Amino acid sequence: MTTTAFLTDSTLCIGCKACEVACKEWNQVPADGFDWRGLSYDNTAALGHSTWRHVQFVEGDPQPAHGGNSPDLLSWAFLSDVCKHCENAGCLEACPTGSIVRTEFGGVYVQADVCNGCGYCVVSCPFGVIERNEQDGRAFKCTFCYDRQKAGLHPACATACPTESIKFGEIEELRREAAMRVSQLRAQGFEDVHLYDPKDSSVGGVHALSITRGDPKSYNLPPHPEVPTIRLNMGWKSVGIAAGLMVAGTLLAFLGGRNVNGRTDEHRSQALEI
Amino acid sequence: MSTGAKPSKYKDDAAREERLREIRREAETLGKVSQQGIRPGRAPFLQASPEQGYYGLPALKAPPWKQEIPAYLFVGGAAGAAAVIGCAAGLLSPSDREMIRDARWLAAIGGAISPALLIADLGMPSRFLNMLRVFKLQSPMSVGSWTLVAFSSTAAAAAFATSFRNGGGSLQFVENAAGALSGLFGLGLATYTGVLVGATAIPVWYENVRILPIHFAASGVGAAVSMLELKGHASSPSLNALGIASSLAETLIGISVEANKKPALVPLKRGKSGWVTRLGGLLSGPLPLVLRLIAGSSGTRRSIQLRRVAAASMVAGSFLTRQGWVQAGRASASDPSIPLELPATRSLTTNT
Repeated sequence: MTTTAFLTDSTLCIGCKACEVACKEWNQVPADGFDWRGLSYDNTAALGHSTWRHVQFVEGDPQPAHGGNSPDLLSWAFLSDVCKHCENAGCLEACPTGSIVRTEFGGVYVQADVCNGCGYCVVSCPFGVIERNEQDGRAFKCTFCYDRQKAGLHPACATACPTESIKFGEIEELRREAAMRVSQLRAQGFEDVHLYDPKDSSVGGVHALSITRGDPKSYNLPPHPEVPTIRLNMGWKSVGIAAGLMVAGTLLAFLGGRNVNGRTDEHRSQALEI
Repeated sequence: MSTGAKPSKYKDDAAREERLREIRREAETLGKVSQQGIRPGRAPFLQASPEQGYYGLPALKAPPWKQEIPAYLFVGGAAGAAAVIGCAAGLLSPSDREMIRDARWLAAIGGAISPALLIADLGMPSRFLNMLRVFKLQSPMSVGSWTLVAFSSTAAAAAFATSFRNGGGSLQFVENAAGALSGLFGLGLATYTGVLVGATAIPVWYENVRILPIHFAASGVGAAVSMLELKGHASSPSLNALGIASSLAETLIGISVEANKKPALVPLKRGKSGWVTRLGGLLSGPLPLVLRLIAGSSGTRRSIQLRRVAAASMVAGSFLTRQGWVQAGRASASDPSIPLELPATRSLTTNT
């Protein structure tokens, strides 16, 4: 099976949210409610258990030709954010039930019929993607449309995208395409485009590549995401030290206690007399 | 998801309007606005930028755990340490049957409450057995679940055998074997929780992954010793020595956390989580240490009373410490500045 990926290009996104709607329709994801954030035109705010695609609205200073006809209007960049389907996925490693698995397409998939809602994946995701649905009890995130991929279809979001901002395909092909697109945009004068694919971190690259206008930090994309398992060795070493200290401490305490036991018994009787 | 509006301190619209008029007057006459909670028009506001991230919104998800998890960290830590104490007492002070029995029952009761707390926190409690579907070394939650199962069963066996054996016989063998095994698994139970929270994506937790297992072990030993002392073993010099050792360890860990100026550790020092963590540290570190040193090693009524106060303080401190760390994790997850490596000046973003 080929390893598949998303390439989401913010320079092509028009912020129509067709991907969010298509995702919700296909996967029957519950509604998010109508919260007004007051931060920007984006009121969805973040990915979560009921938001598997999230169009971010990054507003910048007015720039001619970006944002509208008036020079007073802000420039706008949109990016459809999604689960990164990490090469080394924190949620998958952390899952104690084996509910989260790697599919034959390389995606990270939560088997809803196995998840028992312990919430450990939630604190193990370096991108803050997966979340527990407190009504349902289980954790949810993008499935990479595993069911559609199995049937030879493209994911719902990529199919619905009207501008081909969301591309779907074989991962190395998309990486090549992304590099070409970035150099093409730079040649056109867009100096601030970046390809987000943290390959040099312990996450080892992602299966949802993004081309952003401006610093990826503006899109809440961490510059150096780390898979939490890199800290296991340090932690277990400390567990060894802690256990050793506990053994040594209790043994010494009771060894010492034995030597003063006679004295203690006297004290005990004294204490009783008082 | 919805944050909800803060309750206003102004009782009605008229009071609010009056405040706005004052602000306008000040702005017109003095050219400045000094009142708090005001952002004058055209002032900088939250933006999606390399300095503030995506409108200052969290870049990580907060732990979804409810009150059961910090409670479990406290109960499990004390139970694990109690089994170790029972094991050491059985080995080196076999004549003190009461102490051995109480330590093993403390372990067994804690070993029964712990899984109940964990199951209650699950999103789908009916699926708790799924925890035992697989054994994953790379998942501290999986290792911990198996450790807890092994601990609870052996601790219960040890407690029953200790209570019901008469002289020698097969129950003596059960007592010794189960006691030794529960002590072994107790070492794991009292310490693995440090890796459980330390090997995550939450900055305040992972920055302390080295210290957390030792911290939680000391907290667990302190709580177990104190519970045994409060049960009526306040004159045991061994327990007192362990109490001094654990409160000394907690004091040193507290000092090292306070001395660590990394910004990721701020939730341990500021805000509600900071207050809880610091109070927990005080009650389980310096306060019981000083009380125990004042009490000395004599068996007078005064010194036993002081030791009991130290013990009560330590139990409360251990409970608050676990609360504080979980709350600090929540606060840490809501602050995007560490994962996004934002510059230190974030005066405009909201901080919980």
